[in-house]
Amino acid sequence: MRGEAFPASGSRPVSSLEWRRAGEPGGELVLRRASVLDPRSGLDGVYDVVVRDREVAALADPGSAEPVDGELIEAEGKCVFPAFFDPHVHLRTPGDEHEEEIETGTRAAAAGGYCGVLAMANTNPPVDSAADVLALRERAGREASVPVGFLATLTRGMRGEELTEMAELRDAGAIAFSDDGLPVDNARVMRRALQYQHLVGAQLALHEEDHDLSRPAGSHEPHLGGVMHEGVVSTMLGLAGIPSVAESTMIARDVALAAYEDARIHVQHLSARESVDCVGAGKEAGVRISCEVTPHHLTLTDEAVRSLDARFKMNPPLRSEDDRQALVEALRSGVIDCIATDHAPQSVDEKEVPYEEAAMGVTGLETAFCALYTDLVLPGILDLGVVVDRMSAGAVPFDLELPSLAPGSEASLVLFDPKAEWEAGADGWESRSANSCFAGRTLRGRVLMTVVAGRVAYRQRSFAMGVAG
Amino acid sequence: MRHLLGIAELERSDIERIMQRAEGFAEVGRRDIKKVPTLRGRTILNLFYESSTRTSSSFELAAKRLSADVVSVKAAGSSVDKGESLKDTITTLSGYGPEAIVIRSPHAGAAALVARWSDAAVVNAGDGKHEHPSQALLDVYTLLRRLGSLEGKRIWIVGDVLHSRVARSDLIAFRLMGAEVTVCGPPTLIPRGIDAALGCSVSHDIAGIVEADVVYALRLQRERMHESFVPSLREYAMRFQIDGRRLGPRQLLMHAGPVNRGVELAPDVIDGPNSLITEQVESGLVVRMAILYELLAGGRPRPESAGVGDSGKLPYPTPIKEPA
Repeated sequence: MRGEAFPASGSRPVSSLEWRRAGEPGGELVLRRASVLDPRSGLDGVYDVVVRDREVAALADPGSAEPVDGELIEAEGKCVFPAFFDPHVHLRTPGDEHEEEIETGTRAAAAGGYCGVLAMANTNPPVDSAADVLALRERAGREASVPVGFLATLTRGMRGEELTEMAELRDAGAIAFSDDGLPVDNARVMRRALQYQHLVGAQLALHEEDHDLSRPAGSHEPHLGGVMHEGVVSTMLGLAGIPSVAESTMIARDVALAAYEDARIHVQHLSARESVDCVGAGKEAGVRISCEVTPHHLTLTDEAVRSLDARFKMNPPLRSEDDRQALVEALRSGVIDCIATDHAPQSVDEKEVPYEEAAMGVTGLETAFCALYTDLVLPGILDLGVVVDRMSAGAVPFDLELPSLAPGSEASLVLFDPKAEWEAGADGWESRSANSCFAGRTLRGRVLMTVVAGRVAYRQRSFAMGVAG
Repeated sequence: MRHLLGIAELERSDIERIMQRAEGFAEVGRRDIKKVPTLRGRTILNLFYESSTRTSSSFELAAKRLSADVVSVKAAGSSVDKGESLKDTITTLSGYGPEAIVIRSPHAGAAALVARWSDAAVVNAGDGKHEHPSQALLDVYTLLRRLGSLEGKRIWIVGDVLHSRVARSDLIAFRLMGAEVTVCGPPTLIPRGIDAALGCSVSHDIAGIVEADVVYALRLQRERMHESFVPSLREYAMRFQIDGRRLGPRQLLMHAGPVNRGVELAPDVIDGPNSLITEQVESGLVVRMAILYELLAGGRPRPESAGVGDSGKLPYPTPIKEPA
C-alpha cells in the first residue's frame, strides 16, 4: 500500500479511499422519473438516471430508459442528489470499539446518504504512526461500506508538543492531519506545522479552542472545564461556560499564522458568530482557509441544554440563537464551505450520568440531511440546492473530487424520499451508539438508497425495490 | 408536588403552602414531645455526595421528627468510592423501597436524573452550582417571620454569585415572593447575563447596600484566588466584606453557612443583632419537615397522621401520645 496512496498533487475521486467495494455492480441501475438535483452541474429536472459500469451513463428522458440486465426503480416523486461527503467523523477505532467500529460507522454513513467520510485520529491510542494508518486502511478495505479516509494526528500523542512524522504519514496514506478533540495550544508548534505543510502538502484540520478561556478553573484542571455555551442558560443552570471567544480568538490566531506562512487550514465545527466573522475576514484577505459546520449547530441552541440531557452535550457547545442564525447565513453565503457531522459516538454509560460528568459528543451521520431538510429547507430558510451542495462540498478542502451527477461522472448518488416521515432512532441505529440529539424527533424526508461508484451501499429496510423484468 | 428539584419549577402558591406547613411544625417544635407520627413506616433515603453539616443533619432530623425511617448514605466510605455510578447506586438503594430520596450532588441535574430513575419523591439538597431549593425555602421562611412579607423588599445578594447554587435558588424565590433583588460582587464572580436571565440588578459597588432591607452574604471559597477570580482575599474583603460600618442598624443579615470569618463577613456582624444566621438554621428544620410532609403526605393524607384536616384548615399533625 505504501507509496501508492497519493498522487503528488491535484484531486482524486472519493471512491479511491479505502472501502469494501461490496455488492458487485450486476448490470445497470435505472432510477426512473427521478427529480434530479445537482446544483454544481446545473441539473434540476426529472430524468431517468442510468447507472452503468460505475458511472452515470445517461440522464434520459423520463420514462424512456429500460435497464439491460439490471434493476429498475420507479423514482417518481423521489429525489436524486450527488451523494454526501463528511470530512469529520469519529469511528472510535482503535480503542473504543464498544462505541463504534469502522464497519458500523460506515454503515451509518451509508444510511445517511454518504459516499465517503474522513475519520479523525483522536482514537485510543491516537493515530500518529505510519503503521497505524496502514493498519486502519487495510481494515477499512475489509469492513467499510463506504470509502473512508484516515487522518493522522498533527502532534505526537496529541500532546501538542512535537509534530508527527507528517511526510511519512502522508506516504502511508494519511489524508490530512488533525489533533481534533484538542486544539494545538502552542502557537509555535502550530506555526511549525504550517511551515512543514509546504513539504507535505496535506490539509490541516483544526479544532479551535483556547483552553485558558474554555476551562474557567485553569488548564491544569480539565475536569473543571466548561460544559456548555456561556450565556443565559449556563447562568441559569450554574454550569461552567465555554465562551464564544474561546473559539474565535484561536481561529484569529491561526488565520494570522496561515496568512504569514502562506499555508492552508480547514477550521472544524464552527459554532459562534464571532468565529464566522473571523473566517469571513480571513477569506476576504485572501487567506487559504475553509471551514465546516455541523447539523446540530445549524438547528439547535443552548436552550436545549435546559433539560440537562447529556445528549445535548458536545464540544463546541450548542450556542445562542444569534450564533445559530449567523451559521445558517454563513452557510448560505459560502463563508462556511461545507457541512460536517462531527459524528461522535459515546456509550450509554458515558451519557446516562449527570450532565457535567457526561462525555462530549453526538452522533450525526444517520440524521444529518433529514434534520437540515426538516428544520431549514422545508420552512424555507435555506434552498434545497444550497444544502445539497454543502453536504458534499467537504471533499474539496481535502483534495477529493466532488460527487457529480453529470453523465460520465462516477455514480455516487443518494435516492431521497422528500415525503417520508420517520421517528429518528425508533427502528434503532446503524451506528453502534445512540447518542443522537435528534433521537425521538419526527424527521421529514428519508434516504432510501445510497450508491457509491455504481455499487449500492445502502437500502432503507422498508424501501421496496422493483426489479426489472 | 411530586418532587422538589428546584425553585424555578415552583409557583408562589407552592412556596406559601410550604411556609404555612412549616409554621405548623414550628408550633410542634415548641411542645415537650417534638415528634409526630405523620410519616411512620415510610423510608427516607439521604444520599450525600458532597460534605454537608446543616443540610444533611436537618433533613435527617426532620425525617425523624416525622417518625420516618431514615437511611443516610455519604459518598465517602460507600460504594461510590469504589466507582459505582449514580444510576447503579439509585437502583441498588431503590431495593429498600424508599418513599423519598434526598440527594446532594456536585453535579447539576443529578436530582432530576434520580427522579427519572426512581419511583421515590426526590428532594434536591443541592446539585452542583445549579439549585438548592430547600435553602431558599428556609431563607424565605426566616424572612417572612421577621418581615411578614417580602413584597417590595430590597434584597442584596453579595459575593461569589457565579459559584453559588444558594444565590440562584434564593434569587428566584425572593423574586417570586415580590422582592427586588440586586446581586453584588466583583465582575469576575457575577455570571454573564444574570440580570436578563433571572431578572435582578447587578452592582459592583458595595456602597449601594445602604438601600437594602436584607443583605445576603455568600461564602467565598479560599481557592478562588488561585483561579484569578479575585487577586487576593485581602482585596476582596476590603471591597466586599460586610462589616459593622457597611451594615446599617435596620438591615438584616443572612448567610447560608459555613462562614469564612474575616472574608465575606466581619466577626462583629456575624454575631450581631442584625444577624439571622442562627435563625436560618432553626428554620431549616421546620421547613424541611414541611417539604417532606408536602411530598409524602400533602394532598394524600394517610390515616395514621391523626388530626388531619377538616374543611379548609391546613392539616397540622399532632404529637405522638405518651405511652400509657
